[in-house]
Amino acid sequence: MSVTVLDDVTASEDALRRFLTGLPGVDAVGAEARIAALATRSVKAAAKRQALHLAITMVDLTTLEGADTPGKVRALCAKARQPDGSAPSVAAVCVYPDLVAVAVSALAGSDVKVASVATAFPSGRTSRAVKLAEVGEAVAAGADEVDMVIDRGAFLCGRFAQVLDEVQAVKAACGPAHLKVILETGELATYDNVRRASWLAMLGGADFIKTSTGKVAPAATLPVALVMLEAVRDFADATGRSIGVKVAGGIRTAKDAIRYLVVVHETAGDEWLTPTRFRFGASSLLNDLLMQRTKQITGVYAGPDSFTLD
Amino acid sequence: MPVPTPSPSISGLVVEYAPAPESRAVVDIKSTYGLFIDGEFRDPLDGTALKTVNPATEEVLAAVAVAGPADVDRAVAAARRAQAEVWGPMRPAERAKYLFRIARLIQERSRELAVLESLDNGKPIRESRDVDVPLAAAHFFYYAGWADKLAHAGLGPDPKPLGVAGQVIPWNFPLLMAAWKLAPALAGGNTCVLKPAETTPLTALHLAEILQQAELPPGVVNIVTGAGDTGRAVVVHLGVDKVAFTGSTEVGKEIVRTLAGSGKGLTLELGGKAANIVFDDAPIDQAVEGIVNGIFFNQGHVCCAGSRLLVQESVADEVLDRLKRRLGTLRVGDPLDKNTDVGAINSSAQLDRITELVAAGEAEGAQRWSSPACVLPSLGWWFAPTLFTGVALSHRIAREEIFGPVLSVLTFRTPAEAVEKANNTPYGLSAGVWTEKGSRILWMAQRLRAGVVWANTFNRFDPASPFGGYQESGFGREGGRHGLEAYLAH
Repeated sequence: MSVTVLDDVTASEDALRRFLTGLPGVDAVGAEARIAALATRSVKAAAKRQALHLAITMVDLTTLEGADTPGKVRALCAKARQPDGSAPSVAAVCVYPDLVAVAVSALAGSDVKVASVATAFPSGRTSRAVKLAEVGEAVAAGADEVDMVIDRGAFLCGRFAQVLDEVQAVKAACGPAHLKVILETGELATYDNVRRASWLAMLGGADFIKTSTGKVAPAATLPVALVMLEAVRDFADATGRSIGVKVAGGIRTAKDAIRYLVVVHETAGDEWLTPTRFRFGASSLLNDLLMQRTKQITGVYAGPDSFTLD
Repeated sequence: MPVPTPSPSISGLVVEYAPAPESRAVVDIKSTYGLFIDGEFRDPLDGTALKTVNPATEEVLAAVAVAGPADVDRAVAAARRAQAEVWGPMRPAERAKYLFRIARLIQERSRELAVLESLDNGKPIRESRDVDVPLAAAHFFYYAGWADKLAHAGLGPDPKPLGVAGQVIPWNFPLLMAAWKLAPALAGGNTCVLKPAETTPLTALHLAEILQQAELPPGVVNIVTGAGDTGRAVVVHLGVDKVAFTGSTEVGKEIVRTLAGSGKGLTLELGGKAANIVFDDAPIDQAVEGIVNGIFFNQGHVCCAGSRLLVQESVADEVLDRLKRRLGTLRVGDPLDKNTDVGAINSSAQLDRITELVAAGEAEGAQRWSSPACVLPSLGWWFAPTLFTGVALSHRIAREEIFGPVLSVLTFRTPAEAVEKANNTPYGLSAGVWTEKGSRILWMAQRLRAGVVWANTFNRFDPASPFGGYQESGFGREGGRHGLEAYLAH
């Protein structure tokens, strides 16, 4: 598969459909068996310390609630900059568009990025014009990264070109901001669809493909991450472009996070073990990572009250 | 909060897992083991012993008694007495209780058995822990359930035990093969004389301890260790009513010749040269996993291993590229490390055989490849996961069982050609078909001459599923309702 072939596949609606439905299928039993085997990997000692450190730097610390306030976002930003006395800062803070400005000022002078969901997150059920306007506002307010949702309705009824077109339009509206495309795999239901949606998003110009909004169950799962990591690996083989993967929703423990890192290590490879290529969208995960990290350093567990609730 | 030491300086990449060895301390290996006859461990009458070795380190693990003809006599006599006086007359539901108890004890002592199996055999702890030991327990559970339901096995209203079973098992799945042999025999009311392989006797001997713990009546199971001569003595013994053998086709043929006209029941599970067939519409990533699992599971020491990859020409390059990349991630090394994927070759003799066949493959013009990333330990017996491309059906590596981590890759153009090539072997134990097209799976399964056909998976085992071969892969079935047939007169 060459780059020119991939140009051809987006040339027409028919070509796009033929390409996506012609991708190799995913055998669900086999994919889940592979994950079950990888879940038995034992990550200990120095490897565990490295993994915990790395996972902290990959966190998109997230608050996406109707009750979010500037105060809440500022607190989250403070935690993002300095999670505890010695831990590294996280990758980004992820908020709704109207709170981007607050996050930008709270994170000024740090390396922590500001990510904003947009395009009528989480359902995406509004007009294209409204979605693009929202993206424009988030970017204008200083968002470094935009997390869009795909139109799952259009995808599920086979209007792939419409989904592609929308990703391309949002990418254009992002300007310099990085685009993460949320597939909402819990609504796509099959691994075949996850693979097709991954390719669709990458063909549309995604910088990251992201599992979920966190508002739909199931959110991120290891087999879904496996399928997406295979997709970015194959896309890089075909085009030379490396797309990132963000897993979001339901990842609460350091043990879960390490399992994801194992899947990254053994699927896409070590080039993806960096915050520029792999992220965790999470909130409570960070404290468990901090607690386990402290345990690795001091040899004893500190209680939950030793870690701040922000 | 106070954190005394600064965080380690890390540039961002986790590249290696730290060593994660399972503890050896969970198993107590004795320096010597006797023969398990009539419920007790006994010294052999002529006092000889063999040493069993850890193939990953060449360290001697224990000295194990060698049973001579007189010892086999004692074992068969004990089995005969137990069958006639205790096990045969026992109410079937009572027999079931013992089998359930054995199954539970295997589960309780699973960690010990897994470590012991990996030490004695060389297989990775991940496999002994997650496959061998749980399946061995599952086999006893499954046949425990049959013990009081034999009238419903489709073998007539009142099937009877055959008597004393002489069972000779191989070194590739030592505990699991013991379970495959013992559980159906015991459920059917037979008693057993079991001969484990000479390179891997230890888990069978620890199973003997479990049988004592379960208070199985003396003589119901007797375990006689030794090499080929001991096996021969068991097979030819006039007091044995039924012989079950798993091992090489060569020895299987010798057994058939020896037993001709003896009136003994016989089942054989022998070699294989299975085709793993990948069509162009296969789920490619899972097919690659299936190919790896098919041939590198248990270092390829698997009679049903998918040792011939038949891949449709239109996707051959893509499948091979992906397969090679995947081979580069296989972790070969210390069998007790929980992250090891491929362990040690069981014996130097087996390593010699693999090496000889691989040399023949190269001499015949096939192209050998193994991952440059694979580094083998210096002590012990090892072979890097290897594949051969450009293999023709006429090559020895496409016809002979290598019984090692060596895959021969052949191509085909049409489904009919795939069937023809898959069936073009004297063996017929297993086959795999990879396609997303359901009708093609059924079409292939009807035409493949193999006892087991896996669809979109490989090397999957379940006690409820019968297993066995065609042609030179043997006859008779183990597992499932069918597995009872070999141990019941009907």
